[in-house]
Amino acid sequence: MDNFVNVALPKGRLGEKVYDIFEKSGFECPSIREPNRKLIFENEEKKIRYFWVKPSDVAIYVERGAADIGVAGKDILLEYKPDVFELLDLDMGKCRMAVAAPKGFRDDRSRTLRVATKFSNIAADYYNSIGRDIDIIHLNGSIEIAPILGLSDVIVDIVETGATLKENDLEVLETIVPISARLISNKASFRFKSDMIEKIAGCIAEAIK
Amino acid sequence: MLSEFTLRDDEKIIFSLRSLYEKYGYEQYKMVKFEEYDLYAKNKEFLVSENIITFNDTSGKLMALKPDVTLSIIKNTEDDPKGIHKVYYNENVYRVSKSSKNYRELMQVGIECMGDVDGYCISETLSLAAMSLAAISERAVLSITDLDVISYAVSLLTDSSRVAADLLALAGEKNLHGISALCEKEGISEDKCALFRSIVSLHGQSNSVIESLRRIIPACPCLDLLASTAQSLEEFGDMIELDFTYSGDLNYYNGIVFRGYVDGVPTAVLSGGQYDRLMEKMGRKSRAIGFAVYLDELEGLFRGAKEYDVDTVLIYGENAPRKALTEKVRELTAQYGSVLALKAVPEKLRYRQKIEF
Repeated sequence: MDNFVNVALPKGRLGEKVYDIFEKSGFECPSIREPNRKLIFENEEKKIRYFWVKPSDVAIYVERGAADIGVAGKDILLEYKPDVFELLDLDMGKCRMAVAAPKGFRDDRSRTLRVATKFSNIAADYYNSIGRDIDIIHLNGSIEIAPILGLSDVIVDIVETGATLKENDLEVLETIVPISARLISNKASFRFKSDMIEKIAGCIAEAIK
Repeated sequence: MLSEFTLRDDEKIIFSLRSLYEKYGYEQYKMVKFEEYDLYAKNKEFLVSENIITFNDTSGKLMALKPDVTLSIIKNTEDDPKGIHKVYYNENVYRVSKSSKNYRELMQVGIECMGDVDGYCISETLSLAAMSLAAISERAVLSITDLDVISYAVSLLTDSSRVAADLLALAGEKNLHGISALCEKEGISEDKCALFRSIVSLHGQSNSVIESLRRIIPACPCLDLLASTAQSLEEFGDMIELDFTYSGDLNYYNGIVFRGYVDGVPTAVLSGGQYDRLMEKMGRKSRAIGFAVYLDELEGLFRGAKEYDVDTVLIYGENAPRKALTEKVRELTAQYGSVLALKAVPEKLRYRQKIEF
């Protein structure tokens, strides 16, 4: 293993904001700002290497050690429960995991509740905690359409502003958990590169204060 | 005679671990591939994975392919709280892999020490764990946690077992912001919360960590014991680290628990600890400590480590005299360790030298 710290950043707007914080914290990598199609960028002097990956894959890269640290949403951490350290709440990409249903929906507890979601484990854990019998319908996208077409009674999904729900005549019934971006670390990497990883986490914590 | 080509890297490790454990008086424990399913059904939380391969034997009894070795050893070893039984094993287990979600056959090597387990037994087990890691890699860390210290710290914050379980889970993630949020929600004072956060943040060399613990929780009754355990491991230097991020099940483990890491492998390759509570649950009066080395986790370490498939390639022609060729192969084998004799070099074969016959 080389002595670089490998950082998995989530592709997209959130990832760019996250990189800004790393840069502000003194872990810049100028080549990342150059217009090109490269996916891996390093700063030899700072011994840091960044790469862009799909946001939902960041936790996999970190858990399996391809990245030493990374930034992942709390939704992904709750859903896949990767065996990683959660070092910091970056207080960015804030939203919430919520139950939503068509306006005026009333839960009939004599029937199994049909729940459409991309986050099957979070939904199962939540309804288990309140003792409600449910039937999970796992979807990969356009969750909001499920109750409109009668595929499900409610949905469990990420709600940012609530605009999409509103446009589709849906409303939030319950917030399950607030979500934001977290700095995570591989547990083995933390043992072998602890000085550098703790330094990065400390500087970022200062920068976002 | 064994040459470096004869044994694979994992086989070399198995041999060196077996000879290490035998040197310390551990006897090999051989076992059958299956046990009655009931044994595992009663102790599911102790298992790494709850999925078990089951089948009915000829008498209709529900049997299981072993997902774990420790439970079988406890079940089949005499309970002798005044004596001591030291065994090692080298067995296949059958579990669902977390990543592939499919069953896999995994080779596991480990030791168990049962009976009147005293301070020496704990130190010896930790030393053997450190030596096992050293046999695998030059760069390794044995990360030791004292669950009694964590339990003591948690007891200062709460009496509720639910909150205690949540605090331990957050400690296992090193999730300091989560600990703060939980303390705030449960009305635990900031002073107490800060104390717990500072324990969870601690990690590193034993002396400095114990010094910090004496400052943070001076009244904790288990610090002297932890210090004497750490002192007995001084010869291993930087390899030994104390930290308080253990995320295992407290219904089974108590006291000292540990995980071993080697550079280049993203997960723990060794895991173990004291499991007096499991023994109690299974009706035993003996105490126990042990660990397992997960050889399947080492695959990544060996990938690409071997430079050549064979040392020497001997190319012979259609009419090569058979007796002379046989003698030449034998001579080269004695000289270079491994020789592949054939008419043409296969594509992508990696070899050190090529000799024409």
